[in-house]
Amino acid sequence: MGKQKLSSKGVQNSGCTKATLWWFYLVAACIKVLLFPSYRSTDFEVHRNWLAVTHSLPLSQWYFDETSPWTLDYPPFFAHFEHFLSMFAHLIDPKIVHLQEGLNYSANTVVYFQRGTVILSDLCLLYGVYRLTRNLDSRKQKLIWLSAIWSPMLFIVDHVHFQYNGFLIGILLISLSYLEEGRDLLGGFFFAVLLCLKHLFAVAAPVYFVYLLRHYCRGGIGRGFTRLLIMGGMVAAVFAAAFGPFFHLGQIQQVIRRLFPFGRGLCHAYWAPNFWVFYIMSDKGLAFILRRLGFNVQTPTATFTAGLVGDSSPFSVLPQVTPLVTFMMVLLALSPCLLKAWKDPKPQMISRWVAYAYACGFLFGWHVHEKASLHFVIPLAIVAVQTLEDAKHYFLLSIVSCYSLFPLLFEAQEYPIKVLLLLLHSILMWSGFSAQFPDGAETARAPTGHHTEKKVDQRKSNGGFVIGWIERMYLIGLVIVEIWGQFLHPLLLGDKLAFAPLMLISIYCALGIMYSWIWQLTFIVTSP
Amino acid sequence: MKGKGTSDTVSVVDGDGNQCCWWWWLVHKGTTTTFLIVGLFALLVRAAVSLHPYSGFANPPKFGDYEAQRHWMEITINLPIQEWYRNSTSNDLSYWGLDYPPLTAYQSFIHGLFLRFVHPESVSLFTSRGHESYLGKLLMRWTVLSSDLLILFPAVLYFVIVRYGQPSRSRKSDIGWHIAMLLLNPCLILIDHGHFQYNCISLGFTIGAVAGVLSGKDLVACVLYCLALNHKQMSAYFAPAFFSHLLGKCLRRKHPLLEVSKLGFYVLGTFAAVWWPYLYSKDSILEVLSRLAPFERGIFEDYVANFWCASSIIIKWKRLFTPESLRLLSLIATVITCLPSMIQQIKSPSNRGFLYGLLNCSFAFYLFSFQVHEKSILLPLLPASLLAMEEPFIFKWFMQFAMLSMFPLICRDGLVVPYFALLALFILIFDAPGQQRVKEGNYLYNYLGATTVRLVLFCYFILHIVYLTMNPPEKYPFLFEAIIMNVCFSQFVLVTLGCNIKQWVLNKPTKLEVDKKFI
Repeated sequence: MGKQKLSSKGVQNSGCTKATLWWFYLVAACIKVLLFPSYRSTDFEVHRNWLAVTHSLPLSQWYFDETSPWTLDYPPFFAHFEHFLSMFAHLIDPKIVHLQEGLNYSANTVVYFQRGTVILSDLCLLYGVYRLTRNLDSRKQKLIWLSAIWSPMLFIVDHVHFQYNGFLIGILLISLSYLEEGRDLLGGFFFAVLLCLKHLFAVAAPVYFVYLLRHYCRGGIGRGFTRLLIMGGMVAAVFAAAFGPFFHLGQIQQVIRRLFPFGRGLCHAYWAPNFWVFYIMSDKGLAFILRRLGFNVQTPTATFTAGLVGDSSPFSVLPQVTPLVTFMMVLLALSPCLLKAWKDPKPQMISRWVAYAYACGFLFGWHVHEKASLHFVIPLAIVAVQTLEDAKHYFLLSIVSCYSLFPLLFEAQEYPIKVLLLLLHSILMWSGFSAQFPDGAETARAPTGHHTEKKVDQRKSNGGFVIGWIERMYLIGLVIVEIWGQFLHPLLLGDKLAFAPLMLISIYCALGIMYSWIWQLTFIVTSP
Repeated sequence: MKGKGTSDTVSVVDGDGNQCCWWWWLVHKGTTTTFLIVGLFALLVRAAVSLHPYSGFANPPKFGDYEAQRHWMEITINLPIQEWYRNSTSNDLSYWGLDYPPLTAYQSFIHGLFLRFVHPESVSLFTSRGHESYLGKLLMRWTVLSSDLLILFPAVLYFVIVRYGQPSRSRKSDIGWHIAMLLLNPCLILIDHGHFQYNCISLGFTIGAVAGVLSGKDLVACVLYCLALNHKQMSAYFAPAFFSHLLGKCLRRKHPLLEVSKLGFYVLGTFAAVWWPYLYSKDSILEVLSRLAPFERGIFEDYVANFWCASSIIIKWKRLFTPESLRLLSLIATVITCLPSMIQQIKSPSNRGFLYGLLNCSFAFYLFSFQVHEKSILLPLLPASLLAMEEPFIFKWFMQFAMLSMFPLICRDGLVVPYFALLALFILIFDAPGQQRVKEGNYLYNYLGATTVRLVLFCYFILHIVYLTMNPPEKYPFLFEAIIMNVCFSQFVLVTLGCNIKQWVLNKPTKLEVDKKFI
């Protein structure tokens, strides 16, 4: 009865849905515009240089130009995207796209233009979110929009730090929405396009491969093989469109060299909160203990961030980690999910699987940036409203991963902004989730298909949206870590151990991300 | 427990239906949580606006309001309290001398202490003149943010709690909307966090005083209003309304004389406390007072959308009259325009009438008084925002033209980008989807008619574009400013006429009148 009424209202509201979605986008856009003069990282100049490179040089020179140290190291479609933008940039201010004169250009025109393009390219995210949520009931829709379109992480990374993650994740979401609808060919197409925009998204390729093989190419050998050919042909066509010209020019090796710079180290300058943080710390701890016990342990000369130089290992006790090891570990971590996808390729699970794949890539990958946590937090926002457990997990994960981005904005000017963004997000999520899950009755009233078994123990174990005491302690710990790093450490220790606060953030957030990874793994393994 | 839960969720679906559906995630926890969320958002907006340049940024030798405020901090923390308002070798009053009442000076003193603690160079005597630095700007911005957070925000919460009490479910989202309207006032944010001033303090005290009046705590209201008056003398725009409403109330009580003298006692007490350091001699009082009254300046400065400036294209007031006669003329005009709403409040004081009275009196001052700044539009805007629920159309209309009237100033300060972002944000939140507010009192809209409204709005946007992109003819360098001010003036007159009439026809209390514990 109640459900019927709700769905009839859903039909009435469908006209307003788009207007409301636009409203969410525009409100966010206003804040983004206000953030125009905020701090911008070197990524801003990187992208400006790419505008100049793609505008001033012919295609054959794109991957060879070294006028600026920020050479083009994204796949060709992104270069074409920059080329498209550069046409408008040229109209607005020709200096933006000038290869030499434009270096480190920082007039208002270039700032407004580039920041404006990020806001406009977020329309892609908007469309992806719209496609994924258009058939949900209006309350769930709004919660998802709240967490995806107003994601504080996107604000921090895209609109202050400067990148185009909203655009790229938007394409990922479009691809996921097609998969969820069962239109696998289009889903595969958009994923192939995404890979040609940014190759870091390839971490989820195994999941896509297994899923499409089992879901799209099913139904007998003949039909399956035909479909495999169709899918393979389409993906090959997309890659040919991207890399074909460079192949033709005989530059493919140069392109590959630019895309995969293996000269980098295991960790980024600021350690992303992943598994390797624990590995490094246990190495240090073991070395310390062994030295105490009287063993002669040499202090390594290499660093984790500088890359592989000769045979010297940055570790003193534990074995050396090579890119191959990290690759194998990612695959190993992915295998349960791949098995599930092989056995029963369910469209409604694909978002979780892809998010899980990115989480694995984040935790065990080589030279991971802290920003990469966006790749799984945003897709998880889409499924966060399905069950109470999802909501609790997402609440914690989004806070931790947003907090782990804090070191990106290290200047004092942006300090209130990042803190307010995180606080606003957490209180909105808390208020929204506790309205969505007032107690067990809500989930019982609107069962979402495959979670019918879960609702029984939910009602038994936990009433509404209440944060458990472990999570609560963890979140309080987050506040303590922040207070220590910002105020107490400089006050008590001064300049000594200046790296400690950042390390502390890495380790502490890594705990949260590890928890989220284990939670996702358990969810995927135990799901029917 | 389980049964209660089920009935609860059913009522969400059935009872509130569409109305709460949109905003339930924001408002279901109650007023305080809603306030917390909207407040955090408002703080975020303020913090983002504060990234932009301030008035007089990199513009020696006089700089702008930012330098004035910084200079006051420099003066107050380095000189003894008696010399703050006195011209001396160490305090050159011609260079941004203090010209606000003592409470502003105390506030500068406290903020100055904070700046000296963190960044002493920015407030050192003499050497810090025209000081501009990354850290200096940041600290100054944070002083405004904290003043806003400590004074305006609690005052708004107090007002909302007093005005709406414990609301029914269906009204919760309306209250959330009203909180947003009060906290996201784009003019106030632009002037305080962009241009750089501390209007949030005096306006916050005023909101507190209004809430005091509405809740029947007249004495609290008196003290708070006196504090507002002692922070910025411009708060006197509200004086006739407070005076007439409180007088009207006292006359209705058992011992009118006793009540009035009680209020008077509190007013004098507050004034004495604030002015204590200057009460030792008559000269020192006069010294401060002479700094507060800018009578030596002209009847208006720059371009402001009031009567004197708007009519000066036809009548050259400054040439025709001496400053003395102009002073008298403006005083008479102001008193006459205040009178109707004052009389109404003395005759039949009511909470709603009081809010209209505040609007009408402050408008009278803005339109007719001597030496009005374009920033003074913030004062009539405050009661209009308090009335936003009753007069949504008037509020929106007024806000748009108030923004326009400050546009030339904003352009000079280099705040065009935040101007448009805040204007868009205001309109978006004003027209947020899924609201079912009572659409009453659109008499101005009915009077103007839909076509006229659209036409005026069209001209409104054209004016912005023209002002930004075109150069005025050489013969009339201030042509566009004059057009903008006349357009704004005409709309302001319409608004105040409408509100005066509305105040007079408020004969019977409506359902929106929340508390009628007294009178």
